[in-house]
Amino acid sequence: MIEVLYFAWVRERIGLPREKIETGAKTVSDLVDELRGREDRYAAAFEDLRALRVAIDQELTDFNASLEGAREVAFFPPMTGG
Amino acid sequence: MAVRVDPARFDPGAEINAFSKGVGNAGAVVSFTGVVRDVAGGLSAMEIEHYPGMTGKAIAAIVDEAKSRWSLADALVIHRYGRLEAGEMIMMVATASRHRVDAFQAAEYLMDYLKSRAPFWKKELTRDGAEWVEARDEDEAALNRW
Repeated sequence: MIEVLYFAWVRERIGLPREKIETGAKTVSDLVDELRGREDRYAAAFEDLRALRVAIDQELTDFNASLEGAREVAFFPPMTGG
Repeated sequence: MAVRVDPARFDPGAEINAFSKGVGNAGAVVSFTGVVRDVAGGLSAMEIEHYPGMTGKAIAAIVDEAKSRWSLADALVIHRYGRLEAGEMIMMVATASRHRVDAFQAAEYLMDYLKSRAPFWKKELTRDGAEWVEARDEDEAALNRW
């Protein structure tokens, strides 16, 4: 079971801030493919991965990263702090 | 070193005074304050979202890196989230060092990294509606100079 979090327009497109997902996905990319296949709103949110960033357990990583041992995965657009 | 992520307003003058008193014999204090701009479309407010589980850790890691690169007596990062009106202070950074070069460079470094590596997202609310602020290529490129 992985907790998946969405922020900013990713959260708005999907329509929820977080959800628990039972998945056999080995990598972030696998999880994205699984989510895309669910419903149009997920496909819309994950349409262009270049516009997205991902963090595993609150650490920035990339879409090829392994999900082994991961408890929390977050998807969001490039950050705009400061 | 202090990091505060808080929706509350802050007083930059009071923050700099308090910070400066605590830096011992450091001869240089540099600060930067970010303010909500009133853009051409008639900005009424800004909403800042963040990732509570990650924000504090990400900023602490950026501050630690700055400490390892420059000789800093102290550093302060304040970043707000939630709804902010035009003209309100969004965030501030302060650095203190024995000589000014370290304080100036560390402050710039902190700003560059906070902009692109701290998990905040800004949404501008104008008369025409709400729009997420897009990250700019220049902001990402700014990281390469360090």
